[in-house]
Amino acid sequence: MIVGEQKPLEEIKGFLDGSQKVLVVGCGTCVTVCFAGGEKEAQILAASLRMSTALTGAPKEVTDVTVQRQCEWEYLDLIKNEVQEADIIVSIACGIGVQAMAKHFPDKWVVPGLNTTFLGLPEEQGIWTEQCQACGNCILALTGGICPIARCSKQLLNGPCGGSEKGLCEVKRIKREHGLPVMQTDARGRKTPVIEDVDCAWHLIHERLKALGKLDMLTQIQPPKDWSTARDGGPRRIVREDLMLLDEG
Amino acid sequence: MSAQDSNGYKSGGNLEKVLRGGYFAVTGELGPPQNADGDHIRKKASHLRGVVDAVNITDNQTAVVRMSSLGAAFVAIQEGLEPVMQMTCRDRNRLAMQADFLSAYASGVRNMLALTGDHQSFGNHPTAKNVHDIDSLQLIRMLRDLRDEKKFECGEAIKGQEPRFFIGAAAAPEAGPTEYRPYRLAKKVEAGADFVQTQLVYNVEAFKKFMEVVRQLGLHEKLFILVGVGPLKGPAMARYMRDFVPGITMPDHIIERMENAAANIPKEEKNARNQAWRDEGIKVCIEIIQQVRDIEGVAGVHVMAIEWEEAVRPIVDGAGLLPRPAVD
Repeated sequence: MIVGEQKPLEEIKGFLDGSQKVLVVGCGTCVTVCFAGGEKEAQILAASLRMSTALTGAPKEVTDVTVQRQCEWEYLDLIKNEVQEADIIVSIACGIGVQAMAKHFPDKWVVPGLNTTFLGLPEEQGIWTEQCQACGNCILALTGGICPIARCSKQLLNGPCGGSEKGLCEVKRIKREHGLPVMQTDARGRKTPVIEDVDCAWHLIHERLKALGKLDMLTQIQPPKDWSTARDGGPRRIVREDLMLLDEG
Repeated sequence: MSAQDSNGYKSGGNLEKVLRGGYFAVTGELGPPQNADGDHIRKKASHLRGVVDAVNITDNQTAVVRMSSLGAAFVAIQEGLEPVMQMTCRDRNRLAMQADFLSAYASGVRNMLALTGDHQSFGNHPTAKNVHDIDSLQLIRMLRDLRDEKKFECGEAIKGQEPRFFIGAAAAPEAGPTEYRPYRLAKKVEAGADFVQTQLVYNVEAFKKFMEVVRQLGLHEKLFILVGVGPLKGPAMARYMRDFVPGITMPDHIIERMENAAANIPKEEKNARNQAWRDEGIKVCIEIIQQVRDIEGVAGVHVMAIEWEEAVRPIVDGAGLLPRPAVD
């Protein structure tokens, strides 16, 4: 699913300058499941914006509504009255929903309330991890169902670089909340970001292929990847003529 | 072995001639400056000239912006050094790489080392976007096809002079998963590597185990293996490498030797302690060279004296590897 994380409240507030009537629009699909942009989060964000703008002495009228899917036109038609009333729309869908809103309501100013972070899964309660980068040319059959495009810092196709040790990647992850680094104070009193370990994807691939008796797959040289199916080929599009509506006129 | 040019060599460079001549090769390393000062390279070059057979010119090493390896290699050639130009997959896509190969060959570069590249998060532009269009295996194959097939990565023929490099690869024998490392080197051989330089080796026993599998696979007969060695500047550096550098295991006896080197010198005498540590570091390095030289399949050493080029001559001399051969 698409995983998102709410932007810092201050950043969202900054988008509202010059607007009085604010509509927060949640989405009932992926971002509901990851507790970032569903009905509950829309209500909480609207309340937070009401309170914090009131505290600054310039209260704004903030309401909220949530649609089943912000990425489909027919669901957006259902909220056109609420949208017409507002000066500004804060969409807390993924980036697809934000763009769908902007396209569907061309005279409305639409801003994002989320950072769309990745395509991933809930690894355990409260933890989501990236699994796929939608490169458009799936290689999971070569790598035992573990994706080095999404999970190796260097997107290697021919095994681990020299930075793999004890199953971990030498590249560490900066722990973030709401997109911002989580800071700690070190022994010398300096503020430093909290660093987390990351699994080496190629170590995982090696161990899995070993367990399944398929290590010989790692002796094959994989040729350079065709990135034209990825973002590098420009915005992508799928056309399915078998599904298109016939023009009966 | 694949196609060779009319004089029987693939590249005709000095490193290739030394290795094919059966001599125990010595390469060094020269890090370009973080500025536009060519004299910086000339000064470092003066410590290496006549001491090594070729010098690696690093490519934005540790992901810190420096003079490019292409530009610095050109200065090195002017200074009478033979460069091993390093090329990482981090900063250039396949177009930029091939363009630089053409430029490098035209400028007299004859050795190219294909590397994945340190991740940008370690360097001075940690928020940069990395490239990794191709990986180091694919880069080796590309260099081989440019030379032996006379074609670009896309398959188009090169009309005119093709870039003919002696193709280098890197290996990290002690990185994880260690059991896979010889097989990854085998892939690099198959891709077209002519020589390999390893990560720094301090744990000779672990390296011997790696070499056992390398010999079982026959790799030592298909490419030249140069062992990475380097002098320690003190016990702190040894502990840092043990604790923080992936792919290096540091035996306790080396750490103890480094600690003991200045044990009898009072803490206030900083210069004397530093000198004692550095002398011991050079001594340890010489001993490791002598040990790895005895391992079957080792064709040379790659001396990495990081920002300490002055140490290379005493190391190479101390190991009995001077003067360097002149091969025609």
